[in-house]
Amino acid sequence: MTIAGGADDTFRGKFSFRNSDAAIIRFPFPFHEDRYMYAVNLEPHTHAGPTDAFVRDFDVDEHYVAECRERALVLEQDPSRCRVLAHMMDAEWDTLELLMESLARDYPALFALDKDGARWRWRNRPLGIDATFTFGDPSTLPQPPFEYITRQVQGDFTLQDQRDDNIYIDGGMVTTQADWSLDFDLGMAFHEWHGPVPVAHDLGVFDRALKYLLRLQYGRPVRRLNWTMTVNPRLDTSPENYPIWGPDRATVTAGNVGERLHLRVELQTLFRLPRSNGILFGIRCYLISLNEILRVPKWRRRLHRVLRDLHPELVTYKGLSRYLPTAVAFLAAHDDGALTGPGIQPDQAAPDPL
Amino acid sequence: MTRAEDIPLRVVAVETLNDTLLRFTLARADGGELPTGAAGAHIMLAVQDGHRTHRNAYSLTGHPDDRRCYRIIVRRVAESRGGSAYLHAHVRVGDVLHAGWPVNLFPLASLARRHLLVARGIGLTPMLSFAAVLSARGAPFELHQMCRAADEAAFHALLAPYVDAGIAQVHVDPAPAFDLPALLARQPLGTHLYMCGPRRMMDDVTACARALGWPRHSPHQESFGDHSGGAPFVVRTARTGLTLPVAADQTILEALEDAGLSPACLCRGGVCGECRTTVLEGVPDHRDDVLDASERIGNRDMMICVSRARTPELLIDL
Repeated sequence: MTIAGGADDTFRGKFSFRNSDAAIIRFPFPFHEDRYMYAVNLEPHTHAGPTDAFVRDFDVDEHYVAECRERALVLEQDPSRCRVLAHMMDAEWDTLELLMESLARDYPALFALDKDGARWRWRNRPLGIDATFTFGDPSTLPQPPFEYITRQVQGDFTLQDQRDDNIYIDGGMVTTQADWSLDFDLGMAFHEWHGPVPVAHDLGVFDRALKYLLRLQYGRPVRRLNWTMTVNPRLDTSPENYPIWGPDRATVTAGNVGERLHLRVELQTLFRLPRSNGILFGIRCYLISLNEILRVPKWRRRLHRVLRDLHPELVTYKGLSRYLPTAVAFLAAHDDGALTGPGIQPDQAAPDPL
Repeated sequence: MTRAEDIPLRVVAVETLNDTLLRFTLARADGGELPTGAAGAHIMLAVQDGHRTHRNAYSLTGHPDDRRCYRIIVRRVAESRGGSAYLHAHVRVGDVLHAGWPVNLFPLASLARRHLLVARGIGLTPMLSFAAVLSARGAPFELHQMCRAADEAAFHALLAPYVDAGIAQVHVDPAPAFDLPALLARQPLGTHLYMCGPRRMMDDVTACARALGWPRHSPHQESFGDHSGGAPFVVRTARTGLTLPVAADQTILEALEDAGLSPACLCRGGVCGECRTTVLEGVPDHRDDVLDASERIGNRDMMICVSRARTPELLIDL
């Protein structure tokens, strides 16, 4: 995957965002079967996976430059989207170390990290950054270490502190969120910030997930997928900005649903951090329009069946009620009823021609 | 380097601290930086002794920002599990050992306003990394090390900068002047108590702290007690007709994968339920978080990624 091509994407205003053929075929489609229900769908985040989006610690794709620019815009308008509590400074440096080392290793053409003891030189070629600083000394960076590095990565991040047999959301960089607020959740324990999720509590999903995360080991990251839908390719669907994007839900028609409605997938990764013993939670958001989904027959059939049969409480919680019938009708016309193969990979090398 | 493969470690220095204590300095045999070894973290060192492999946990004693080497201190004791005895007798500078990535079951408390470290004997080792980090950070802490007379000189030398600064004290048995209840009673609110040493010493400190009303999660203690591994046993597969030994440090899932099978699995940690497998004969030792109490007693299914056997053999429906 090259990062060229998407630098002029915008995620607001006229919404120039689109996916290239290469971006479509590597999309992390979230459904491994023709139905969906919550599960503890955590698995090791190894350097392997069903599409190319899974195979690096932190995925960088053609939308990299545009997404970093979008993040800077959101922060300019609302600096509270990045907040870290004071006791998380070790976790801030852990994050900077992990992201810089991973990016420099996985994308040597784009990023470079050179160390001379505690003096580090960081080069980010797509963003034109060449910085030298002292690891461990925040005064040598233009922003605190967590904000500095997460401004240069796609996707949201939260920092979890682990104490008293629980984990607490004690920091984050959250500008591409699916309708949740860092400012509201900051400092909450695991079951508190998951409080609004329906059905899953009764399935015991969160009890088991917490036990698993308390045991998460350094060097053994894990991942899971989550999903929802978004009208227009808008990254910042925050509660703070609901008046801006909420009304979009009423604009979906049979004529524009293929272009406007997007499947929104989060490739979520969890890394144990060494110095702080905290957990870095990456929430990497991918958008794909229904028209783009149509170009992969397995995915269009499956998405139709998942949405058609979705549990009513999930429909409400994910905010799909208003346009779901329109979307299901649109996809039904493209579902020939054929069987779909197992797994989430596209089962073809390139999308069908336009 | 963010995946936990085994790391080859070359012994670059061996120092004699006294007649039972050696300090080993280990660097990556293949060059480059080691994974960050946090304060309180340990490595599981694999020592090949003929056809036997000893795996022992050793606390890292250095500062996490020094990623060129790990330092461990190894005591030779009469009842030593083979690894420490072997390290003392046979391992020399230049030898290559293997270890997993550091694991931290004894982390610093992020919200503590002050840190009180209490150790006995070789329990000093994690406290050395705490002291290195806390002093670099300028965080208030106090260290009390109990020991026998034979170790006094060695421990004094290891703690010299802190002793000189009035932060650490070495209490040599029987140490009538060391008044633990008074020490715990005079700590200000927000102090976190860490302890490491023999079980009896930790029980004494815990009882004392409880009596004084310390909170539930402080004191906290070093423990290498992960729940992996156990006695070896044999697993047989009904449908594929295999008979496989499951070694002490191996899971059923790993044994099946080594034999070429690919059972369904996901989390490998006993929570997702994906590897749920029917048990036809034998009694599982359930270690998962999926099955509830009645399902465990029912003895029908097990999670092969973590659970083991209470009987010498298990027959599973695979």
